[in-house]
Amino acid sequence: MIDPNLFQLVCFYAFGIVTVGAALAVITLRNTVHAVLALVLTFFSTACIWMLAEAEFLAIALIVVYVGAVMVLFLFVVMMLDIDLERVREGFVKFLPVGLIVALVMLVEMLALIGVRAMHAQTMGANPATAADQSNTAWLGTALYTHYLLPFEIAALILTVGVVVAVALTLRHRRGAKYQSASEQVRVNPRDRIRVLKMEAVRPVEPQATEQPAQETKP
Amino acid sequence: MITLSHFIVLGAVLFCIAVAGLFINRKNVIVLLMAIELMLLAVNINFVAFSRFNHDVAGQVFVFFILTVAAAESAIGLAILVLLFRNRSTVNVAEIDSMKG
Repeated sequence: MIDPNLFQLVCFYAFGIVTVGAALAVITLRNTVHAVLALVLTFFSTACIWMLAEAEFLAIALIVVYVGAVMVLFLFVVMMLDIDLERVREGFVKFLPVGLIVALVMLVEMLALIGVRAMHAQTMGANPATAADQSNTAWLGTALYTHYLLPFEIAALILTVGVVVAVALTLRHRRGAKYQSASEQVRVNPRDRIRVLKMEAVRPVEPQATEQPAQETKP
Repeated sequence: MITLSHFIVLGAVLFCIAVAGLFINRKNVIVLLMAIELMLLAVNINFVAFSRFNHDVAGQVFVFFILTVAAAESAIGLAILVLLFRNRSTVNVAEIDSMKG
């Protein structure tokens, strides 16, 4: 029988290695489409790690919102733009040393700070959601709709503004193209298009009409 | 046993990878945007871990908001990128340094 704690740790290391490897692939891959796909893998394995931390709602939200919507948007844009791959990679080797140095120095500094705290390692303890006898989603939702209601509404507003801005930025009218104007179509008045004529059902007998057959019969 | 340090170290490593990505991909705006997404992800990992280990819901609520703002940010960023590519036919950062219309 495997110790559950040990199994959890093994899972964490497996997901962590996949996450870091995929993140490295994101910044080093030559083809941008492959980089986006590597980013999808990064998000997915991070969601697995959040599952290990028992943040189930956020893990699913990460997959649905990020992998399902944002990454697909990225793929859409990358495939739509015709990017010259050769020129894009020109500065790669030139900036590699400085990038590596900065990243490594930052990493060492952060690890040193974390190491100071790790002297008294904190373990996970009981899940606060199950301790309150509810699921993670209910736990999060209760807080979101009570204490954080105003920020929640503002977040919705930000998303709306984002939609409007994205459409307003990319909308363009080509010159010379023929468009339907929906507002003009709706606003049109029947009287401008159709003229209704009043006329009698039977034509009045004109005096000339009676004369003509008489002329024809003469010869 | 998974400790808090495990999560923080993972977040730190991801963040440093993203910073390195910002430095070495100076020619491609799309990869720069993806590096920013990676940074936000690293921060989110820390938030989730602290929320779980300190038994506080605020961390996970914050991750929720960060996800929302990041989605809006990437949508607008990609819209700007499309606009840029339409006008300049390039995604190279070095070539889009002029403010001339």
